[in-house]
Amino acid sequence: MDRGNGFDFQGNVGKALADRRLRGNLQSAMATLRTKRQAVFVDPAELEALRLVGQAIKQRALAQLPDLLRRLEENCTRNGMHVHWAETTANANRIVLEIVRQHGARQMVKGKSMVSEEMHLNRFLEENGITCLETDLGEFIVQLAGETPSHIIVPAIHKNKDEIARLFQRKIPGAPYTEAVEELNAIARKTLREKFFQSEIGLSGVNFAVAETGTLCLVENEGNGRMCTTVPPVHIAVMGLEKVIERLSDLPPLLRLLTGSATGQLITTYVNLISSPRREGEKDGPSEVHLLILDNGRSRIFADPVFRQTLQCIRCGTCLNHCPVYTRIGGHAYGFVYPGPIGKILTPQMEGVQTAGELAMASSLCNACEEVCPVKIPIPALLRRLRQRFAETPHGSALARHLLLERWIWKGWALVNRIAWLNALVTRLTAALAPHLTAAGPLKAWCQVRRAPEFAPRSLHRQVLSEEGVENE
Amino acid sequence: MRNYPDSSDTVYFFGTCLVDAVFPEAGLAAIRLLKRLGVKVVFPQGQSCCGQPAYNAGFPDEARLAARQQLRIFRKPLPIVVPSGSCAGMMRRHYPELFAGHALATQVEQFVERVFELSEYLVRVQRVRLTDRGEPLTVTWHSSCHALREMQVTEDAKALIRQLRNVQLVPLQREDECCGFGGTFAVKQPAISAAMVQDKIADIRQTRAARVISGDCGCLMNITGAMAKQGVAVKGQHIAEFIWERING
Repeated sequence: MDRGNGFDFQGNVGKALADRRLRGNLQSAMATLRTKRQAVFVDPAELEALRLVGQAIKQRALAQLPDLLRRLEENCTRNGMHVHWAETTANANRIVLEIVRQHGARQMVKGKSMVSEEMHLNRFLEENGITCLETDLGEFIVQLAGETPSHIIVPAIHKNKDEIARLFQRKIPGAPYTEAVEELNAIARKTLREKFFQSEIGLSGVNFAVAETGTLCLVENEGNGRMCTTVPPVHIAVMGLEKVIERLSDLPPLLRLLTGSATGQLITTYVNLISSPRREGEKDGPSEVHLLILDNGRSRIFADPVFRQTLQCIRCGTCLNHCPVYTRIGGHAYGFVYPGPIGKILTPQMEGVQTAGELAMASSLCNACEEVCPVKIPIPALLRRLRQRFAETPHGSALARHLLLERWIWKGWALVNRIAWLNALVTRLTAALAPHLTAAGPLKAWCQVRRAPEFAPRSLHRQVLSEEGVENE
Repeated sequence: MRNYPDSSDTVYFFGTCLVDAVFPEAGLAAIRLLKRLGVKVVFPQGQSCCGQPAYNAGFPDEARLAARQQLRIFRKPLPIVVPSGSCAGMMRRHYPELFAGHALATQVEQFVERVFELSEYLVRVQRVRLTDRGEPLTVTWHSSCHALREMQVTEDAKALIRQLRNVQLVPLQREDECCGFGGTFAVKQPAISAAMVQDKIADIRQTRAARVISGDCGCLMNITGAMAKQGVAVKGQHIAEFIWERING
């Protein structure tokens, strides 16, 4: 997918909406995820209390972020890990490549990591002659198809069983066509198993990094994550700098919120806590552990006390599952790494509003995301703030002229709403003119699938004047 | 949970700009309902829009200007009854943020305590008991997102409908999902909005209800406009108009 300048949101939306199978896949998958979440969070009062705890933990971490990051580095280093800092994704990629080259590696395995998607790490490594195999089943499917993840938690959610069956048959030598999930799993497992043992490097993401102990927490359901972090001699963990939390005791509530919100599980099959490379006398584990901490615009987001709340995100993806827009257009239409409501606030901040501000417009502000967010990020309020910033940012485009026009329209609107006689006049004029204005502008867009609004011949203002028993002031 | 006054005998009525221009009959029905309950209704002619369209579009300064007009006009310490969860939500939930640090912040604090969505006011303050005089009818209910999530008054509205003896209320399968209106969203993202309203109509049709009732005219304008274009013969109606019709037979 072309990113950045080639971003054509409306084009993407049109394509996604025309894809009936995609819409079907998404509708049923999202409904399943919502139902599973509901089944673990049965008591609204308990959930609300837990969300407040989650929000407080993340806000406490963000309030002392620079200090916690220093402590994380200190404690990880003391535990025998190597800590690296990268301001940009280019820096991060170079650091990974250096480690790979130091070990003369040609091949690596990778567990699920959205930060590595930010880095476009696979593509970068491939350009440098290194094969990086995705081992999370969903990511494996997406990589085989030459695509990008369309969801933070379930990356291949846009595909159904038969699409995956055909893909495996086409791309994996010797794989038979089967739609049985167990058999598809077995095919993937067999392919991956060998690679774990052949690879010199295993790369993973990080769900939470505990500053006080220098511990990396990684949750997963397939065991591939643990394979990536324990089998190859070198483990590289990549994380966004907002993943740091203060204490080990902060973990349980966050894990409960994360897995409950993401997949409707009380706990994931695997909970990995990584505190050091293999110590003397230990039977497994890598001999080297590297932690790579990426900024990529996060410290800029951090600098704004309101937008900072974006960094509370624990990447559970439940805002996607509950979003009426995501559910209809899927993740690829958003054009960048993070889709859905969190993507709508995160992407314009990371990439700049000139590049991706349009994403903030793609919300009906229904508040479903805010209602379910496990750490209470006020996504609609941040969307409105981004819209304001978007409107205030000069663009050199047709959109800019449009926004300028819109500003004048709102100025006029504000004036009308302050002067009673003008408001009455405009209401009358609108009623008279509307039937003739359906060929252009907002009414044209409205009338694509709707009848034009029927303005009343006499407004409520006028009708109450002759309504008995109403006191007009 | 907010504290409700025991009763009130005089209220302000904030009609909302959409009711004013497109659905005045819903506003009149609400006023008549209030009068029937013995409540005196004051309608300030200087009222206009709550400011939400500009606020949501990212123009808070312009929204504040419109909001200030309402602060000025609805000055007396009377409850302000609003026949829309969305407009009531704008006033009650967002005015404090819009005026944070502003000279009017204290006045706004008092103002928002006086804002009640119509169903909320009827159920929580007036504790109405409705007598149904209509023929048997099957209806479904559409929750506006802001009535549901900002005002949390959709249970009040449904409780009113359930008081009507001859009315059967069949719920939508996805009652808590947005219909795709979202104010300017419907015209700024017409393709996504169209997909959303079409799914909403499919949900309405599967209930086999003759009418879809809602407390918000924005949603109704979206849903009924799309149903009319598709030739779907389900009537959309604001809850005030619906109740007024039922209690008068």
